[in-house]
Amino acid sequence: TELITCTHTLKGHTARVWDAKWNPTGTLLATCSADKTIRIWGQGENNNWICKSVLSGHHERTIRSVAWSPCGLFLAAGSFDSTTSIWDRTDGEFECIATLEGHNNEVKCVAWSSSGQLLATCSRDKSVWIWEVLDDEGEYECLMVLGTHKQDVKSVAWHPTEEILASSSYDDTINIYRDDPHDWLCDDTLTGHASTVWDVAFDKTGDRLASCGADKSLKIWTRYRPGNPEGIQMKGAASKWKCTCTLSGYHTKEIYSISWSNDGYILTGDGSNTIHIFVETPTSTLNEGSFELVATKKDGHLDDINGANWSPLGDKTFVTASDDCFAKIWKLNT
Amino acid sequence: QSETLDNIAPAIYEKVKDRQVLSTELDDDVVDGFDSREVFDLIRSINDPEHPNSLEELNVLREDHVYVDDKTNEIKVLFTPTIPHCSMATLIGLSIRVRLLRSVPQRFKVEVAIFPKSHASEEAVNKQLADKERVAAALENPHLLEAVNGCLKTIA
Repeated sequence: TELITCTHTLKGHTARVWDAKWNPTGTLLATCSADKTIRIWGQGENNNWICKSVLSGHHERTIRSVAWSPCGLFLAAGSFDSTTSIWDRTDGEFECIATLEGHNNEVKCVAWSSSGQLLATCSRDKSVWIWEVLDDEGEYECLMVLGTHKQDVKSVAWHPTEEILASSSYDDTINIYRDDPHDWLCDDTLTGHASTVWDVAFDKTGDRLASCGADKSLKIWTRYRPGNPEGIQMKGAASKWKCTCTLSGYHTKEIYSISWSNDGYILTGDGSNTIHIFVETPTSTLNEGSFELVATKKDGHLDDINGANWSPLGDKTFVTASDDCFAKIWKLNT
Repeated sequence: QSETLDNIAPAIYEKVKDRQVLSTELDDDVVDGFDSREVFDLIRSINDPEHPNSLEELNVLREDHVYVDDKTNEIKVLFTPTIPHCSMATLIGLSIRVRLLRSVPQRFKVEVAIFPKSHASEEAVNKQLADKERVAAALENPHLLEAVNGCLKTIA
């Protein structure tokens, strides 16, 4: 039997699907598209996945990224129209309660911190904005504009427990920011990728970060704290990140999306319509990582895969979003 | 207006002859593959943004710089700006890319890049043309879309 099997195909978008995200309980999926809509999917009768709502008429251009708040009641969506919308589903229906303006052009990615109190957005305008959630009624305040990248910022990802943010860019680097606590500082700039870094994802502990990009490689970075036994130097309370593993030769095109499951599997979606899943080998250490390919699904879609994300349920289920206008739900059979 | 042009008097080259239709191509029983001449025909009449000439006439596009692999579904087009500092290189590349996105089957992966060593900003232009997110955003920008469609209106 095949290691990766498609269980459901989500049909409805009329243009490329850029992103697909599970809500925290794994019961709903949000997808967004160049058709300027967000679709919410859930299980109907016979365990089939059906479209429950279409959120349209709000953004004027492509919706590039969606993210659920940790409580599952709010959905943030970043658009090429340079704004981010916040949707509230407290009363059952999705209602837009805020539009965050400030970026000069396309918003590329949105992400909530683990507490749900902070939202990060990034844009082609080279900046990362950190917003504070003031209340549940849609009051948001920009705390900080981080302008440390030299080019478009493609992706932002929060540490799973701490107020640490990673951003990846067209400038080929990854930046790590930390709340100091009265100022946001860029702790480290991670260099090593030879081209655009499309996506970043922390592991469950937050001590490691996976990145992927246009150089067709995947990198694992390990965090070193002050006073580390390895003797890696750093300034003050900063932490330092070092590349401890590079996986190249597996992908034949740009890698657009990466996701690290709570049980240790790394999933990628790429520009050759292919899904790859890697896992750490028994000999791997934090200082010297070693990962092996577990499964590959060639032609998982008819076109590029833009988003790939593990379900939070830990049941080896994941979702992919593609240029072929579909999102698909998959199962890794191990 | 001529002072603002990058290249005031570009050399004009001869166009290739029309493609000869082979008898096998009219035969429905013969599988008709995709070849470089077919792709070249889709793009050669794109108009230059600055001159009333096609990209073929300006030698920006040449049939032998179009590579098609029908089996692995790959198309690669290398274009040669008329001068190494041509400020229109990105727009020309974008027009070629858009034309191919609109006309070749979805199974193809398309790469459009500058012919090696023919432009001062080769690397930067190639990176931009390869970034599908930037290309997608550019096509949602009314001014850029108008410029691209201007280059494509001469398509036969």
